[in-house]
Amino acid sequence: MKTALKIFWLSLVLAFIYIPVLVLAVYSFTDATMVGAGISGFSFENYINLFKNEELRDMIFNTLILAVVCAAISTVLATFGAIGAFYSKKLPKTLLNTANQIPVVNADIVTGFSVCILLIVLMRINKDSFIPLGIGHVILTAPFVYLSILPKLKQMDNSLYEAALDLGATPAQALFKVVIPQLIPGILSGFMLAVTLSLDDYFITTYTKPSTFDTISTYVVNATKGSQTEIKTALWALSTLIFLIVIIIVVLMNILPKAKKGAEK
Amino acid sequence: MTDFKISFSRKQLCIPYAVFLILFVIAPLVVIVYYAFTNGQGQFSFANFTNFFTSTNALGTLLYSFALAAVTSLVCLVIAYPTAYILARSGFKRKYVLLMLFILPMWINFTLRITALKEILSVLEGNISAYPFLNSVIGMTYDFLPFMILPLYTSLLKLDNSLLEAASDLGANKLTVFLRVTLPLSVPGIISGITMVLLPSMTNYVVLDMLYNSTYIMGSLIGSYFSAYDWHGGSMISLVLLVIILIVTLITNRFSDKDTAGNRGTML
Repeated sequence: MKTALKIFWLSLVLAFIYIPVLVLAVYSFTDATMVGAGISGFSFENYINLFKNEELRDMIFNTLILAVVCAAISTVLATFGAIGAFYSKKLPKTLLNTANQIPVVNADIVTGFSVCILLIVLMRINKDSFIPLGIGHVILTAPFVYLSILPKLKQMDNSLYEAALDLGATPAQALFKVVIPQLIPGILSGFMLAVTLSLDDYFITTYTKPSTFDTISTYVVNATKGSQTEIKTALWALSTLIFLIVIIIVVLMNILPKAKKGAEK
Repeated sequence: MTDFKISFSRKQLCIPYAVFLILFVIAPLVVIVYYAFTNGQGQFSFANFTNFFTSTNALGTLLYSFALAAVTSLVCLVIAYPTAYILARSGFKRKYVLLMLFILPMWINFTLRITALKEILSVLEGNISAYPFLNSVIGMTYDFLPFMILPLYTSLLKLDNSLLEAASDLGANKLTVFLRVTLPLSVPGIISGITMVLLPSMTNYVVLDMLYNSTYIMGSLIGSYFSAYDWHGGSMISLVLLVIILIVTLITNRFSDKDTAGNRGTML
């Protein structure tokens, strides 16, 4: 394959991926109410609406709080789960790994529906308590945290833990001062992954959420059924903001480790 | 004695997570099976099962889901394979940054991305409800393409260069090297890419709803039973999906390599 052809192909795929998001971004800064319509003027109106409209502000805030709280719970549960499983005998370890794999391969909609049946229909837990929603998001995210910690455990030098004990540390001290610090990269990337999965979820949220509560996903789906232009164009602004934040985070995550390495040298 | 105590306490750390998995992952699946085979009065019943397998609507939905998922997987594969191949095998500098460019949109909420796609399709097609199947395939591809690129990239990157050199030293031309060496060695990547795309595109009915495709897929059936408070019917659909997922998982476990399994966000 010629290099020009390769670059052409990559550009084509990138165009498919980015054109919709970028066009929406351009239109979010105008007063147009439809993509494709003539642009008469530049405007921040959509961004102002996004933060002035209480409903929109609430649902963005809800989505973020839910993601961070559930990701934190998942991270704690799955970190200890992975450490425990790593030191367990073969059978319990295999059982735990397999059970952990179920939500990973299962369709989100089946996970969401089955949690709804157990907690809301069978056990009659009130949806408005947020318990089903919280549990649903922890089920969605914890297995991925577990999976991102396992490789770090395998890389760890096992004798360090024994050395800590020999030098007089209690098991708890050895765990928190020796084992966990070595797992930090895995724990952090697991946490980030949990946050992004929770932010993107639609199905588990729909089947477990209180009826008046909305996250970005459920809100957008309902909003596209309605015909309020102000909300529609404010969502363009939201999409653009998220796009920018994602770019910033990705750039930072790629620059920071390199800058650190450079400083060490 | 102390040794026993120490190792015991380390193992104990997994108990909360194990209990959590049993209560909220295993138990719900057991409950789904129970609900699928009982009726509203709690009596054992095959009615949901026979309703599903004798209803032409439900079977049609199953077929339509398969068709949509198969076409989507194929389109994703056709787009993703050359992309992953170029990214992994060409001498581009900063491969990782390039790959990031293709993965990055994955982190924008999918409903917002589909909204953006819908606006573009409306401009291109005028009335988007005129092309329901086509638009659904485009939407699903737009949504799931990164999931196909990632495992393909991983498996193509790992490819042993000396094997390719050996093949061409032994007289194979470029096409033969690709067909007889590269392609077979990337099968695990292809398989795990297909699983990553196939199952979500059988169930993600939001993409269809947002693009005005009113035909049902398996996910929409669960959604409609949920809205109608028919827990038993919904459980039967979930059970059917679970069986499909189990079969797909068993098949793919034979091919896929461990590194690319569960790829939903390994990039972070």
